[in-house]
Amino acid sequence: MKTWTPIAVVVVLLAAVPVLASNVVLNFLVVALMIALAGQGWNILGGYGGQYSFGHAAFFGTGAYVTAILQARYGVNAWVAFAMGIAAGALVGAVIGGLTFRSGLRGSYFALVTLAFAEVLRILASVAPITGAGVGTLVKLDLRVGAMQFHSRAVFYWLILALVAAALIITRLIERSRFGVWLVAVRENEDAALALGVDATAVKLAAMAISGAITAAAGGFYVQYFLFIDSGLAYGTWISIDALLTPIIGGVGTVFGPLLGALVARALGEAAQWLTGDAPGLDLVAYGAVLVLVIAFMPRGLIGGLADMRRWLTRRPAVEAGHG
Amino acid sequence: MAEPLLSVERVSRRFGGLLAVNAASLVAPQGRITALIGPNGAGKTTLFAIISGFLKPSDGAVRYAGADITGEPPHKLARRGIARTFQIVQPFTGLSVRDNILVGAHLRHRAREAALVVAEQVAREVGLADRLDRPADTLTVAGRKRLELARALATEPKLLLLDEVLAGLNPSEIRDIVPVIRGLRDRSITIVMIEHVMQAVMSLAEHVFVLAEGRMIAEGTPAQVAADPAVIEAYLGHGAAARLGGAHGH
Repeated sequence: MKTWTPIAVVVVLLAAVPVLASNVVLNFLVVALMIALAGQGWNILGGYGGQYSFGHAAFFGTGAYVTAILQARYGVNAWVAFAMGIAAGALVGAVIGGLTFRSGLRGSYFALVTLAFAEVLRILASVAPITGAGVGTLVKLDLRVGAMQFHSRAVFYWLILALVAAALIITRLIERSRFGVWLVAVRENEDAALALGVDATAVKLAAMAISGAITAAAGGFYVQYFLFIDSGLAYGTWISIDALLTPIIGGVGTVFGPLLGALVARALGEAAQWLTGDAPGLDLVAYGAVLVLVIAFMPRGLIGGLADMRRWLTRRPAVEAGHG
Repeated sequence: MAEPLLSVERVSRRFGGLLAVNAASLVAPQGRITALIGPNGAGKTTLFAIISGFLKPSDGAVRYAGADITGEPPHKLARRGIARTFQIVQPFTGLSVRDNILVGAHLRHRAREAALVVAEQVAREVGLADRLDRPADTLTVAGRKRLELARALATEPKLLLLDEVLAGLNPSEIRDIVPVIRGLRDRSITIVMIEHVMQAVMSLAEHVFVLAEGRMIAEGTPAQVAADPAVIEAYLGHGAAARLGGAHGH
């Protein structure tokens, strides 16, 4: 019960939002959930596996480009293209993981190499003919369910919510599985994990493939929502940063961390923009300041911070009551 | 003597100009407790790292249950039934005691429920049953040593390599844990232990190997080894055996 109830409650509550919300709010939520999905991918590898990637754009962009190119150039059905985009994300994850983990890269070296992979892909995408080079790739407007395009923004919202829900369920399943236990063991102490029979390289590779697939799904959704992709959007550092910041703000290695982090971070971003008005860049300063505060005072993210607060609140009366 | 489960054959390991282990050989018979002792820096932990796959030997071979396992990676050796503890304890600090042991238990049990059952059994065996839900980093030194032992046991090993599990414990804690180790031997787990606490070595081990400056300088029963002049010299310095012998003479 405790395993699945929170996920069901959160998803049902979020699913009811379009009943009350305006299009502006829905648009905000669609983008926030898309970022949450990218962050959920990052969280599998970074949060549970302790491998901090700075280059999840590599997966987001691959998912986006495969979804877009298969439709625009090869006339593949949008849903099929989307599925292929997810598979391509897993494949890129396995390849990058194979190259980095086999050569024993850990910690900041791993982070830097992932960043480099994303940058290389960005540069390749900005010149290769197949991606449309500097012009980018447009997906034809075709508002049919069969083309994975919808008249109503609410349906897009429910689609991204369904993807986020699937990622929540996958995360919970991983948490409860042997693979998840081993993944966390590798994060905590790789040598100790090895001594207990954990094939650390294989575990990290699998985590990276799953992570890549989930973040690629966010990229594929981006294309269907905006119908356009270019190298800066697909492989730009913006998405690498959002994908890692949302779990860090929400709580790394927790099921709900990326979702909570994405909603809060996006809301803060919007609020900062609204408060600072026309002054260019001032909103980013405010946003950055809040991030610094969160990381300084809640190193385990909002979920960790809330848990600490609850423990603190519930402990006090217990102490007064004594041991009797 | 029973067929050895483990045999280390003339293993050497060089770190640059330093020959840390020099053609050392050791056998651990099935179902016995074998001790490996020696002064600080003798190369005991290096030899353990080689047996458990964390270091590759520069030369020599390691055989286990009839197979040549030289240079196999640690996770494969764990699957074969070799478990080790670390001299410097390596708990998964962010996890509870239960989850720490669960990592090892999952090696032989894929299903979470079955692995949890094994984890609790092992916790009871080493005396951690009352601390299962505590975070691992709240354990005392003695508790962490028990946890180290529990995690290794949860992998259901045939050969257990204990690297100073008694170091840093007070005499009463040692008295508590010695029967636990003897109980493992009675379950026919073969044990090789590195130990400095001689009282424990004397009471636990059937056979003792002595490593000094990378070379195996003596072996025998605990009593034989303790009386061996070469061993006394290795610990107390050149000529010590003769001086002690002389003191007895007068």
